[in-house]
Amino acid sequence: MGRKVIETLVGLFVLLGMLAIVFLALKAANLASFRVGSTYEVSARFDNIGGLKVRAPVKSAGVTVGRVKRIALDAKSYQGLVTIELDESVQFPADTSAKILTSGLLGDQYIGLEPGGADENLKPGDQIRMTQSAVVLENLIGQVLYGRAAETGSEKK
Amino acid sequence: MSASDMLARLGVWALGRLRALGRSAFFLGELFASLPSAVRRLYLTIAQLHAIGNLSLIIIAASGLAVGFVLALQGYYTLSRYGAAESLGLVVALSLVRELGPVVTGLLFAGRAGTSLTAEIGLMKAGEQLAAMEMMAVDPKKRVLAPRFLAGIIAMPLLAAMFSAVGILGGYVVGVLMIGIDPGAFWSQMQNGVDAWDDVGNGVVKSIVFGIACTFVALYQGYETQATPEGVAQATTRTVVVSSLAVLGLDFVLTALMFSAPG
Repeated sequence: MGRKVIETLVGLFVLLGMLAIVFLALKAANLASFRVGSTYEVSARFDNIGGLKVRAPVKSAGVTVGRVKRIALDAKSYQGLVTIELDESVQFPADTSAKILTSGLLGDQYIGLEPGGADENLKPGDQIRMTQSAVVLENLIGQVLYGRAAETGSEKK
Repeated sequence: MSASDMLARLGVWALGRLRALGRSAFFLGELFASLPSAVRRLYLTIAQLHAIGNLSLIIIAASGLAVGFVLALQGYYTLSRYGAAESLGLVVALSLVRELGPVVTGLLFAGRAGTSLTAEIGLMKAGEQLAAMEMMAVDPKKRVLAPRFLAGIIAMPLLAAMFSAVGILGGYVVGVLMIGIDPGAFWSQMQNGVDAWDDVGNGVVKSIVFGIACTFVALYQGYETQATPEGVAQATTRTVVVSSLAVLGLDFVLTALMFSAPG
């Protein structure tokens, strides 16, 4: 085989390999949906973050507007301190509230943002004041059981 | 045999092992040091890429497709019990990109390309071609080994990526076209769960490491072979055994390092 033929075949091989990597990065993984554009960080404290994970989506009205960047425990208040980065093109009012929600019954947890009505917007580094923790199934069951016990107890009196 | 004789034998055995370990470590160092000369002899590297890469393409693609088919069938069987058949795309892609792509490609690479490297270099040594090169003041490590080493390092990640890509397409064929899972759910679950850096990137890193390991073992076995027909046969066998074990062992270590971190 001539030199030129081999070089062409190897070029084809390398091209195919590159295409495979691009396919894996764009079609199989979420590289395309990653915003490389600028983001800003805000934080929020939750009494219980449940199963929230780093890189979980942050959604507003169901649309992904950012991702969870860091999760840490606040050593003073014993609350979960969650740092999220939001797309710079989306600005939220300063009194926006954050909830930890679950997609579907057994799905992954994400943060839902509900915009408030304040005139000022959240600035980088701000903290979201109003938060609602993740629903922990065991606590919920406990509450129902206590509620039932209280009801039956008062009926007997 | 007295006790001191046994002790001496143990010592000889241990020293021999250590010597082989040291020699192979020096050999690996020399291979890395000779990589620039492979870049200077670019055409030799390209010819080796053709021998190692292009000619392995068909077996890699065929195996990738078969593994993708089977993963989709088996994954569907298990997932449908929990009503989670929609996650099939995620299961297929994650297993391929993180584990099966690099590992199975590494094993096939050891069998398809590693053996031919060992046999070729072993026969060169048996025919005293390497000695003849040295007589002509041509360093056989730079002229013969370096282009093959570089070609192995380049070819392996490309082959592993093709294996994973073809496997995912195979999973798509079985999952969506044959079983009838919703194509939107198939791709979107996959894109939600597979991370470009943590999963795809680490898979590529793994396959580069396997490429280095397999090519190094093959070249070392060929270079150190006994210059007889039996010697070449044994060296070829050792190439397959040692590089397969190296791939599996390294895979465990790399997986523990890469994917054990929480989050």
